[in-house]
Amino acid sequence: MSILVNNETKVICQGITGSVGAFHTRGCKEYGTKMVGGVTPGKGGQTAEGLPVFDTVEEARAATGCNATMIFVPPPFAADAILEAVDAGIELVVAITEGVPALDMVRVDDRVKRSRSILVGPNCPGVITPGQCKIGIMPGYIHQPGKVGIMSRSGTLTYEAVWQTSNLGLGQSSCVGLGGDPIVGTSFIDCLKWFQDDPQTEAILMIGEIGGSAEEEAAAFAREYVTKPIAGFIAGSAAPPGKRMGHAGAIISGGKGTAAEKQAAFRAAGIEVALSPADMGSAIKRAIDARR
Amino acid sequence: MKIHEYQGKKLFADFGVTVLSSRVARTAAEAAEAFRALGGSIAVVKSQIHAGGRGKGTFKENPQQRGVQLVKSADEAATAAGNMLGKTLVTIQTGAEGKLVNQVLVEAGCDIARELYLGIVLDRAAKRPVLMCSQEGGVDIEKVAHETPEKIFKEHFDPAQGLESYQVRKLCKRLGIEGKSVLVADKFMRAICRLFVQLDCSLLEINPLVVTKAGELVALDSKITFDDNASFRHKDLAELRDLSEEEESEVRASNAGLSYVKLDGNIGCLVNGAGLAMSTMDIIKLHGGEPANFLDVGGGANADQVTEAFRIILSDPHVKAVLVNIFGGIMKCTTIAEAIVTAAKTVGFKVPLVVRLEGTQVEEGRKILANSGINIIAATDLTDAAKKAVAAI
Repeated sequence: MSILVNNETKVICQGITGSVGAFHTRGCKEYGTKMVGGVTPGKGGQTAEGLPVFDTVEEARAATGCNATMIFVPPPFAADAILEAVDAGIELVVAITEGVPALDMVRVDDRVKRSRSILVGPNCPGVITPGQCKIGIMPGYIHQPGKVGIMSRSGTLTYEAVWQTSNLGLGQSSCVGLGGDPIVGTSFIDCLKWFQDDPQTEAILMIGEIGGSAEEEAAAFAREYVTKPIAGFIAGSAAPPGKRMGHAGAIISGGKGTAAEKQAAFRAAGIEVALSPADMGSAIKRAIDARR
Repeated sequence: MKIHEYQGKKLFADFGVTVLSSRVARTAAEAAEAFRALGGSIAVVKSQIHAGGRGKGTFKENPQQRGVQLVKSADEAATAAGNMLGKTLVTIQTGAEGKLVNQVLVEAGCDIARELYLGIVLDRAAKRPVLMCSQEGGVDIEKVAHETPEKIFKEHFDPAQGLESYQVRKLCKRLGIEGKSVLVADKFMRAICRLFVQLDCSLLEINPLVVTKAGELVALDSKITFDDNASFRHKDLAELRDLSEEEESEVRASNAGLSYVKLDGNIGCLVNGAGLAMSTMDIIKLHGGEPANFLDVGGGANADQVTEAFRIILSDPHVKAVLVNIFGGIMKCTTIAEAIVTAAKTVGFKVPLVVRLEGTQVEEGRKILANSGINIIAATDLTDAAKKAVAAI
């Protein structure tokens, strides 16, 4: 078992004929993901990376039976691409694109909520179930099938956490990159529900960052509904207020959204806190061992 | 992107949000001329900088002068403007170094009955923009939000539909706005929400929002931050950017496609990915050091960008050591290694360089560094890297 994706997931790439889309379609294929096609308006009938290209997602779905899409469409057109995938009934929509206007995501979220689709991202590394399916830009080889479910608002920091859990022999059930934007499709709480219900996942590692209140909300949810051991890390304890740290969402404003507040919320919910980013793997190990 | 008060008020007027008559002045003579042109018996001279707290702020060169001043003649306007222009204003939001005032806004006075607060932000949890109002205008709203959150009234709205009239009536009831002022508020609040959406703002504040004795609503201040991700559809707003308000090295970095924030410490950081870059700062601090910057070279940076990143870091005279932390995913470790070699040749390293490489093509990358002859302190993991960087100072 796993969450969101497995070896039966059939994936298309929206934006497959762009250089980035092509590169990562190749990477996913090499990892073993069942890539079945791509979409680029106006390029239907061509092939890219050995896969058929369609003009619309609707066509691609009818021809390939895909149930997931990976989006590399440039920011001005990304919201439209997500809406097209949702309209076509694609179950899992993973938006990698960085730089989507926040108000576009308000419009997108409204539609996603009223659909059966799940949106992950935008501005995220993607989703992976090690050994089965990789949808996104993460380096596949650092992952190892195992027991820790990982969810994160950051990309490379997730790789760091994955690497640490792989080196400790814990491995990962699935990893979800939620994205660094203020408004994203999938939340920590969504992932907590899925990981709680997934038999392969024995423990959950939550990697947050300064800004917003998603971590606090997730901690409150975990306290009520999650029985599995959880560890958490918050990036940005050294960041000064009022300065945006790369991600549009990573900013402390009005004294809210500090690392200290989020760590306190974690502790209050019984979540093992990693104070150092080098300690994420060992923190989840501590959380697991404490239950034995 | 942030803009000045006078620029924001121009946009307010374009959208039908009431503001007072005003003129921008860049010299004392222009300020006197502005006072006469406004034609009133009083006016307010306001320093234009991208920071709040101006009314209570003082000038480095002249501690008696506040950032905002009421004047009663053209001569007084000229004197006040003269005391502000070309001087450095320090407020609670500028930091001790303050901000240089290059222009002042000379604005007509008005009969203030009440001072309210109005703000619009994107509520991440609700995934909707939210209009926030309070009777506690003119003061530090963050303090109100923290101590008495029940005094801030909120209405979420759908960007496509805008704020509805019933929402304005609800807010008016709570704010104590009555009679014909309710209709005035309807026009005002719906217009300001329309501006927020149409111009892709990420923050908009009017503090204070004034109710005049005649029952009019007037925006006495304006603070707008635009969503940089939406700049592609607002090319006309680009000219409102004031580069003199931004850190020079940060502008240089953004031109090179790098995300850089200058900090006060002495360990320069070069990292790929925002989360890892933040964590690198965290771990430096955890081991007793102080980061000199946040720098994310991004996932697909090339050798030129990485070289420019080194140039920016090393141009900060406070930097006493540099820590490179790369977890190669898309970014190959060889790209970084080659860039370090190039940077060493073209920029030169006069401070210790600690390098931690992991991920895609790590062995090849380490080999390039080892064979380069550059004096590099190699680190095995995050903790090791932070400790070595702190020890190198």
